Amino acid sequence: MLSPQKTFDEKIFPAGFTAFDNVSYLKCEDPVYGSYIDPMASRRMSRIVKMGVCTAIKCLKDNNVDMPDAIITGTGLGCIEDTEKFLGSIYAYDEKLLNPTPFIQSTHNTVAGAIALTLKCNNYNTTYAHRGFSFETALQDTILMLQERPSMKILTGSFDEITPAAFEITRRLGMWKNHPVNSFHLNRYNNRGSLAGEGVAFFIMGGSHEPGDIAEMKAVHTFYSPENDQKLTAQIVHFLNENNIQPGQIDLLLLGMNGDSRFDKYYDMVTGKLFPANSVGWYKHLCGEYDTSSSFAAGLAAKILKNQQVPEGILISKKKPAGIDRILIYNQLRGSEHSLILLAKC
Amino acid sequence: MQQRVLVTGIGIISSIGLNADEVSQAMVNERSGIGRLSLINSVHKDVLPVGEIKIGNAELEEMVRPGIKGYYSRTALLGMIAARQAVEQSVLDDQTLRNAALISATTVGGMDRTETFYRTFMKDQQKGKISGVISHDCGDSTERIADFIGVKGFLSTINTACSSSANAVMLGARLIKSGRYSTVIAGGVDALTLFTINGFNSLMILDRDHCKPFDENRNGLNLGEGAAFLVLEPEEVALKNNKKAIAEVKGYGNACDAYHQTASSPEGQGAWLAMSKALQISGIQPADIDYINAHGTGTKNNDLSEGVAIERIFGDKIPPFSSTKAYTGHTLGAAGAIEAVLSVMAIQNNRIYPNINFSTAMHDLRLRPVTTLISNVKINNVMSNSFGFAGNNSSLIFSKY
Repeated sequence: MLSPQKTFDEKIFPAGFTAFDNVSYLKCEDPVYGSYIDPMASRRMSRIVKMGVCTAIKCLKDNNVDMPDAIITGTGLGCIEDTEKFLGSIYAYDEKLLNPTPFIQSTHNTVAGAIALTLKCNNYNTTYAHRGFSFETALQDTILMLQERPSMKILTGSFDEITPAAFEITRRLGMWKNHPVNSFHLNRYNNRGSLAGEGVAFFIMGGSHEPGDIAEMKAVHTFYSPENDQKLTAQIVHFLNENNIQPGQIDLLLLGMNGDSRFDKYYDMVTGKLFPANSVGWYKHLCGEYDTSSSFAAGLAAKILKNQQVPEGILISKKKPAGIDRILIYNQLRGSEHSLILLAKC
Repeated sequence: MQQRVLVTGIGIISSIGLNADEVSQAMVNERSGIGRLSLINSVHKDVLPVGEIKIGNAELEEMVRPGIKGYYSRTALLGMIAARQAVEQSVLDDQTLRNAALISATTVGGMDRTETFYRTFMKDQQKGKISGVISHDCGDSTERIADFIGVKGFLSTINTACSSSANAVMLGARLIKSGRYSTVIAGGVDALTLFTINGFNSLMILDRDHCKPFDENRNGLNLGEGAAFLVLEPEEVALKNNKKAIAEVKGYGNACDAYHQTASSPEGQGAWLAMSKALQISGIQPADIDYINAHGTGTKNNDLSEGVAIERIFGDKIPPFSSTKAYTGHTLGAAGAIEAVLSVMAIQNNRIYPNINFSTAMHDLRLRPVTTLISNVKINNVMSNSFGFAGNNSSLIFSKY
C-alpha cells in the first residue's frame, strides 16, 4: 500500500501515523522503484504508472504469488499527468507533430496493462473508473469471480494521483479547503472543503481460507444518490440484514469523514441512527480525500483485524473495541456514491 | 442452475443512424457514416474522415428532453439517447429501473467539454469556465444516464480502452448469472474529441481516406462516435414478464495480450485467448459460429493479429466474418456495445453485414471477409470481438433464443 503515510513497507502499522501541518494536499513519497520495476521499463512510465506497478509487484511478492489469475483495478481519474500533458500539447503545438507517448499512457487501464506486461500475464484484466465506486466495483467483480472459481488468486487494487493542475481545478470546484490545514485536525474546522490526497493499494484475494490470510472481505455494496436520510439508512440496514449482522456486531465502524461540513453530516446521521453505541473511527486525515480512498481504509481495516489492535489516531468515539471481529467501512463522495465494505477476522 | 442471460432491449446512436431501425437500414443499404470532420474546431476539420453524428449538442439536448441545457457532455447526451431506447424497448417500470444495475463504458468521458476549459486554463489557472470540467471523468456520463432513466442501484463505468463496452456487457451477463441483479443495462459511449483525434493521429494510424478493414492495402482506422446499450435480464424474469427476447448472451471472454502497450502480438495470443474463453463459456463449438463481427479497425497491426487468431481458432472452416467499422468508424469505448447491437441485429434479421471497402485479401493469411450482404441465412450464433490498448481483448457470443 502506497499512501502519504509510511505504509509501503508496512512497518508503521500500528506504531503511529504522521500528521502533516500547513498543507494543501497530501502526496505519497515515491518508493525506490528500481527494486520492483526494470529501470528500462520504468523510464517510459509516468509517476502513477510506476506507483501502481511497483505497489502491485510488491503485493505479489509479499504474498508469494507469481502469476495472478486476474488483475482488476479501479481508479477515479486514471493517469491525469499524461492526460494533462497530451491535452496541453494539442494546443501548444497546434495539433501538429505530437508525441504519442502521453496519449498512449493516458488511458485508465494503463496500470493494469503495465502490470500484465511486466508479469507477462494473459489472464482477465479490467479497470473500473467511476468516481467513488471505482475501487468498490473492482472488489465486487473480484468477489463475483471468486464465486465463479474459488481457486483463483486475484490481484485487486486501486490508484489515484494528484497533480498541481488537478488540485487547482478541483480547488476551484470547491472540493478543498481554501486554507492550509493540519491533517489531523481535518474534522475540526467546521467549514466547506476537504484535504486532497492520493494513493495506491493492492490486495491478493482468494476464494478460500488459507494460513497467513490477513482478513476476510465479507461483502461490498454500493448505492447511488439516495433521496433522503431514510432511503440511505434503509440501504445500510438491508446490507447488514443480507449479511445476518446486527449493527451492534460491528466492532469498528470506519467512516470516510473528510472534514467537509456539507457532507460529513451523512456520517453523523448514520452513526446517530444506526450505530450510536459502536466504536467509530476515521481515516482520511491519514491519506486525504480521493476517489479510491476506500482502498486505504480496506488495507487499514485488514491490518487492524490481523493485529487485533486499533492504531493511535483512528478512533473518534470514546468507546474502544474489546475484540475486533468485524469492521464496516462506510464512505460516500459528495453525497452521490455511497459504499459499504464489510471485513471480518479470519 | 445458472440463469440464461437474455437481451430484451437494444438502443443505438451512431453516424449511420439515430436508432436501431435507421442503423439497420444503413447496414442493408451499405450506407457508410464516414465523412469529413465538421463539428469540431480542429486543423483536421473538413479533412479527416470520421464517423461523426452530424447533430450539434444543442440539438442533441432537444432530442434528450426539450429544455434541458447546460452541463451535459456530448458523451452523456449520446449515452442518454441510446440508453432510453434500450429501456423503452424492454419496457421497464420505474421500480425495476430503480433497482437495476447500469454498467457503462467510456474511454475519455466528457473530454469534449474539458478541452474547451483546458485551453483557457493552461494559460491562466484562474481562468476557464469551471463548469466545463465537471463532466470530465468517466463516471459523469454514467451518472447523468442513471439520473435520466432513474437507476439508483449498482452503477459502474469501465475503461479498458477500445474493449470497454464489451467488458461492460460481460460484467452485466455475469451479474445476471450470479442472481445478484435481475435487470442490467450495459453498454458504452464515446464522443469524438480533439484529444482522441490527435491521439490516434500522433500514432499515425488514421487512414486519410475511408478505412479498408482486412484489406492488404489497409491504411489505418477512421474514428467514430456513438453509444449503444443492451438490457439484459435472466430468462426466468423475462419469461414471467412476457418479454420478447431479442437474443441470448451465450459467451464472453477477456484476456490480456501482455505483449505491448499499443501493438498486438504477431500470433494474436490475447485475441485467441478471449475467443477461446468465450467459446468455452458458451459451450458451443467453433463450427457453430455463423458470423464473426470482427474488431477489424483497419490498422496493419490489428487486422493481421486478429486474422491470425481467427485462423488459429477456426482453422480451415472460418465462418463468414466482417468488420463493420467502415460503416460506423471506430467508436472506441462504444465500439463493443455498438457491435454487440449489430451482432444482435444479425441474429434478429438473419443477415450477415458486408465488410465494405474490401478489395484485396491479406497476403499473409487465407481469410477473406464477406463483401456482399447475405440475407435470409439462419444465424444462430454470432461472435463479436473488441480489442483495446494495453492488450485488453474481449470476445462476446450472442445466440438466437
